[in-house]
Amino acid sequence: MRWAASLPLSGRIGLALVVFWLLVAIAGPMIAPYPVGRFVDQEVFSPLTGQFWLGSDYLGRDVLSRLIWGARYTVMLAAGAAALAVLAGTSVALFAAIRGGWIDEFISRAMDTLISIPSKIFSLVLVAAFGSSLPLLLLIAALIYIPGNYRIARALAVNLAEMDFVAVARARGEGALHIAWREILPNMIHPLLADMGLRFVFVVLLLSGLSFLGLGVQPPYADLGSLVRENISGLAQGSSAILSPALAIASLTVGANLLIDALKPGGGH
Amino acid sequence: MTDPARPAVEVSGLCISVELPGGSSRPIVEDISFAIPKGEVLALIGESGSGKTTIALAMMGYSRFGGHISADCIRVGDMRIDQMDAAGLRRLRGSRVAYIAQSAAAAFNPSRTIIAQVIEPLTVHGLASPAAARQRAIDLFRELALPWPETIGDRYPHQVSGGQLQRLMAAMALITGPELVILDEPTTALDVTTQVEVLNVFKSALAKSGATAIYVSHDLAVVAQMADRIVVLKDGRIAEQGEAAAVLHQPQSDYAKTLLAASQPVERAAGPSRADSVLSVEAVHAGYGRIREGRAAMPVIADVSFELGKGQSLGVIGESGSGKSTLARVIAGLLPASAGTVRLGGETLAAGLAERSKEQLRRVQIVFQNADTALNPAQTVFDTLARPLAFYHGITGAAASDRVARLLETIQLDPALARRRTAELSGGQKQRVNLARALAAEPDVLLCDEVTSALDTVVGAAILELIDGLRRDLGIATVFISHDLSMVRAFCDEMLVLYAGQAVEMCAKEAFPGSAHHPYTDLLVASVPELDSAWLASRGGQPGPAMPEAQVTGELCRFLPRCPLVITGTCDRLPPPLITAPGQRVLCHRHGKAEPSDQEHLVTGASR
Repeated sequence: MRWAASLPLSGRIGLALVVFWLLVAIAGPMIAPYPVGRFVDQEVFSPLTGQFWLGSDYLGRDVLSRLIWGARYTVMLAAGAAALAVLAGTSVALFAAIRGGWIDEFISRAMDTLISIPSKIFSLVLVAAFGSSLPLLLLIAALIYIPGNYRIARALAVNLAEMDFVAVARARGEGALHIAWREILPNMIHPLLADMGLRFVFVVLLLSGLSFLGLGVQPPYADLGSLVRENISGLAQGSSAILSPALAIASLTVGANLLIDALKPGGGH
Repeated sequence: MTDPARPAVEVSGLCISVELPGGSSRPIVEDISFAIPKGEVLALIGESGSGKTTIALAMMGYSRFGGHISADCIRVGDMRIDQMDAAGLRRLRGSRVAYIAQSAAAAFNPSRTIIAQVIEPLTVHGLASPAAARQRAIDLFRELALPWPETIGDRYPHQVSGGQLQRLMAAMALITGPELVILDEPTTALDVTTQVEVLNVFKSALAKSGATAIYVSHDLAVVAQMADRIVVLKDGRIAEQGEAAAVLHQPQSDYAKTLLAASQPVERAAGPSRADSVLSVEAVHAGYGRIREGRAAMPVIADVSFELGKGQSLGVIGESGSGKSTLARVIAGLLPASAGTVRLGGETLAAGLAERSKEQLRRVQIVFQNADTALNPAQTVFDTLARPLAFYHGITGAAASDRVARLLETIQLDPALARRRTAELSGGQKQRVNLARALAAEPDVLLCDEVTSALDTVVGAAILELIDGLRRDLGIATVFISHDLSMVRAFCDEMLVLYAGQAVEMCAKEAFPGSAHHPYTDLLVASVPELDSAWLASRGGQPGPAMPEAQVTGELCRFLPRCPLVITGTCDRLPPPLITAPGQRVLCHRHGKAEPSDQEHLVTGASR
């Protein structure tokens, strides 16, 4: 709590937004007033009412319930993919930085190859080849953001590996695992957390984009991106069915960004 | 204005404070008052954080960290700095008040030629045409005894040596004929031999320009050469001020006395003589790059040998780039030697870390120069010290807490500090923890790489005292790597002088006074400033040897280009012989010839 109070105002707003969406994602099924796929309203695109807080969508389903479920998919997928990307990218980066030499060179060039493939096209090809499923989406998003994290983590690790305290640990006879895990990693945790936050935002936007193209989460389930797409016909009427998921994406990404920016560079609480 | 009795620079009631988050403010310096008569040099001395540089910068109306300057009066000549606006200060800086920074290498822009930067103060203030400015710069280069004054300005900063760059920066400061020159530790980053040359030219250039100067330093002996008056600072306040001779020879305040005592290490008794050899280094070669036939592509040290007994200490001295630190890294196994052997109590150590056993690694511990980078800032003091205990001795849990507490006691730190993160300690505390980590392994050999050079004099002296005590109590053989000859002479039983990677002299403490030394050792001895203000003048007659432009390679004497005593026909043709006398080994031709009376003691050749 003291940590939250030490943040600037923008950071506190970001933190509040992120915490709000995390809570929605976790508690979603318990607070959603209606089952996600049920047709509950006779009207379509009905406005906000006491019965349907955010109105109904193009098939007469409750927007609030669908939004809560959609947030669940988006947040969980994005958090999972970002964590996976950072975990894999950083592990490979530490390995490369400690080994050095041709191993480092080989891994780095392989990552460069991966980074040179346009991410949207890459994911479209994979989805077209294997069909859309949640595990696949998770893996695609993680795979796409591994090289970016690798670059940052390797740059940090290479600098740290040159420090005297690493030389002391090597002279003591410590193994590579101890050096990576105990000496180097704790000193790069802060920038890495900030990077994970950034990756999270990227994945939210990537998944929303894929879902908007109809290749993301499949009906009757929907993430925030697919909610925007399926209600696109309500755009002319300014329906809440399309505005609320769009706002949700915006507030989630802006909130995460604000929070990341407020984290002090170089660590320290 | 023309009153001759009026001092050229006057400061009274100077306070500088920084605002803290929350609106309150904390003073950095308080109640500073001094006056400097025209043409004199005032020295500001004190440890780091005492406010020396802050005060010096306030003379230009500038304050770092957004500090707020308030003063009754800051006057330079007829200018009231404290009443000037930003535009007035801009006109003043670089033209009437000039600043020479500690690191010339960091102060020059690496992508522009030197002369373009040296004449900038003139052109920026519109004081001279570029052609006239250029001519003035060349005259100054000549005055500052720079080689090739006509063309050196067309080089880039990385193409000249550190000492030359420092002099070029002085040219930049003096070119506008300023009334006040601020010198902020201008020789701290230089080797002793270079420092003497730079001090010499600074002194004569200042005298010639007639400028008043403020000299910021932590080194009393340097200050003794330069200053007419001294202000001793402690925690942002004046501890003492007065004439240089009075402060240096009859200090009144306790702090000035401590400072003086710390700058003159007292000689210690020698350690146990000829004890069993613990560490022996034989004909070691090392360097960087690909190794072919026992020689690295970039050789750093060549053919270095020495032996060290239990509880003895060896001082390794030489200027930067002489291979001192590389030698320590080779012994510790961080840099595998390309040839030669390192023995530890009879066992031959493998060259690389991977082939050494854990027990061998434990017995040789290295303490790095810079405790800021040698301690992991993410760990607590306890983590740092407990790791070697667990790693080498398998001590964990309550026993480890016990041992850590005892270690902290040994290095005279409060055991409560164990819970702190290492990043939260002061410089001296960090260096103590750095040392304690090595001691936790219970080593037989301790390699200390410039352990005090990043510390203030008083703190550094306490650390040396501690190491000296430990080696006597625990019988740890220590290798002190240092560029400070007086420190090595005070604390070490034997001294190894490295020049360009070669051991040019090895000398026991008893043999040091009186015996004939390698010309480089003589140069080092003559370059250490003394607390006597006449020292620089007495030394001033002899021009400093020119820095070599080209490195000597092959079999010839590496000191040849700088040697004042070259024997033509011998030194430039034959490799120098290793001459052995009791307690001394010297790599020089002259040594044998100069003292024919010693001839019978001398054994020529490579035998040891």
